[in-house]
Amino acid sequence: MAEVAEKEKIVEVQKEPLFSKKNRKLITDPLTDNNPITIQVLGICSALAITAQLKASIVMAISVMFVLALGNVVISLMRNIIPSKIRIIVQLIVVATLVIIVDQVLKAYAYSLSKELSVFIGLIITNCIIMGRFEAFALAEGPWRSFLDGIGNAAGYGVILVIVGFFRELLGSGTLLGFKVLGDPVEKTGLYAIGYENNGFMVLPPMALIVVGLIIWVQRSRNKELIEEH
Amino acid sequence: MGLKQNLHKLKEKYKGTKMAPAFNALHTFLYTPNETAHGGTHIKAADDLKRTMNMVILALIPCLIFGMFNTGYQHYLAAGEIQAVSGGFFSSEFWTMQNFTLGFWKILPLIIISYGVGLGVEFIFATIKGHEVEEGYLVTGMLVPLIVPIDIPYWMLIIAVIFGVVLGKEVFGGTGMNVFNPALTIRAFLFFAYPTWMSGDKVWVHGAVERAKEIVAGSNADAISGETILGGLAQSHPIDYSVLDMFFGFIPGSVGETSTLLILLGGLFLIFTKIGSWRIMLSAVIGALVMGYIFNLVVAGGLITETSKFYGLMSTEFWHHLLIGGIAFGIVYMATDPVSAAQTNKGKWIYGFLIGFVSIMIRVFNPAYPEGVMLAILLMNVFAPTIDHMVIRGNVKKRLKRAKLKTA
Repeated sequence: MAEVAEKEKIVEVQKEPLFSKKNRKLITDPLTDNNPITIQVLGICSALAITAQLKASIVMAISVMFVLALGNVVISLMRNIIPSKIRIIVQLIVVATLVIIVDQVLKAYAYSLSKELSVFIGLIITNCIIMGRFEAFALAEGPWRSFLDGIGNAAGYGVILVIVGFFRELLGSGTLLGFKVLGDPVEKTGLYAIGYENNGFMVLPPMALIVVGLIIWVQRSRNKELIEEH
Repeated sequence: MGLKQNLHKLKEKYKGTKMAPAFNALHTFLYTPNETAHGGTHIKAADDLKRTMNMVILALIPCLIFGMFNTGYQHYLAAGEIQAVSGGFFSSEFWTMQNFTLGFWKILPLIIISYGVGLGVEFIFATIKGHEVEEGYLVTGMLVPLIVPIDIPYWMLIIAVIFGVVLGKEVFGGTGMNVFNPALTIRAFLFFAYPTWMSGDKVWVHGAVERAKEIVAGSNADAISGETILGGLAQSHPIDYSVLDMFFGFIPGSVGETSTLLILLGGLFLIFTKIGSWRIMLSAVIGALVMGYIFNLVVAGGLITETSKFYGLMSTEFWHHLLIGGIAFGIVYMATDPVSAAQTNKGKWIYGFLIGFVSIMIRVFNPAYPEGVMLAILLMNVFAPTIDHMVIRGNVKKRLKRAKLKTA
């Protein structure tokens, strides 16, 4: 790991603009061809657990973005003084601190949401994407690039969460962000008046897995290069 | 010239284009292809995919016809318009035109939707992939109307069929590659997506749901109880059907599943024509009996009292389990699906046994899922490749041992 860090340092010496093409790729790549969920298949657990409602998905995406971007910067700043033998412990402390901040902020300002997300905010600590980016990127790159990488990966994660959350809430509960966009199922207005019914399967976590699978299918059939060789 | 020739011309016209498989499929589906082999150099096999599928459909026809009569019978019986059948299987009170007409017109749309939508999806996928349309859907399309509630809204069925065919079959590579039985995937989707239409005591008799709504709205009409035997037992209600009623199938339930007698005949037909595996059927029946018997022993041993919520189903005599619910239908027509079942002979015994065993277990322990057989078969579908793998590994080990002994 240390070797890699030195190599990267040499590269870094050359000055480059803040949003050079290379830096921009740090944000755009995870959104599409290197998406943490659909390509690397990381962070699936929370994607399945909390996407029944769009609001929870958005809050989760923002929380992860906060933790990942700041954590990446902190780790990157400390990368030369962290002894590599205990780096996992240091990384865990950094994530845990940030996660507790998020948790406390949610409890203070959005208590009901915090209840709804329950343990899953705390479980951001175990989100594979975060440790993965610390290990693979922040330990070897400067703070600015690490920050961009954090934003990019969290955005890639968030986009999938929001897409899954959108379909699961719309088809499973007939609402979006709590608004009854399809009409009222009890009073039979809107679509419900003609016999439409909510799809209970959509609320269950297995359907989240299927929706993620469908997204992966669509993505890979549009870009054949992503299909693995066997 | 007629339709056949016109189709042939169309086929020739579109040869090599994207639409070719669609026309080709339509042509071979309706007629013998124009280009059949001549001369004597070819190996002849009577059991191609189309023949196999047709045999299964043939085995399903009695269940379908009976289901049509039974749909009408259950409706008029529940509405209080006719008396319960008193005679045997052929009693004239059951086989009336009135019963048949109602059932026919209720089931026909389900069949049309099932085939129309399912084959539509198959055609679209074949066109995209550029391969020939396969006959795999023929049996699934016939199974689907037989295992859904009679009053299921059509749009739900359409969504479920699309879901089942795309995610149960096409994503794995089409006919012959599917991990799950597509018909059961369709039913499982409906079951979890629209539970109010798939379980409970209202959905299995035509008209019961409507009548319940009218009563809520203030009508004075009598409620139609469409409670199935399983649903009743789960709540420890007394059952007023005789064993013969259950065996002949004069009970509420989904269209195809009620008549154990006809399912038995269909099963024998499948075994006789060597299409269904007798190993799977037999071992599944044994598995169900064993599990049922264990539950009976639990009750007999006094480990469970009448206050327990499992008492109703646990105390059911073990062989009655085969007569009620969809277990017989599932074992004969779905567990034996050659694609999703285990392939090795030893594996088939294990696979079948566990289907029967787990079906009854789910049925008894989770009254919310009375149709344990559906979940049991889907579960074992997942395990089938593993079972085969273990059987083959076991065999390899045994032979290696033997080889070692010889050389030593």
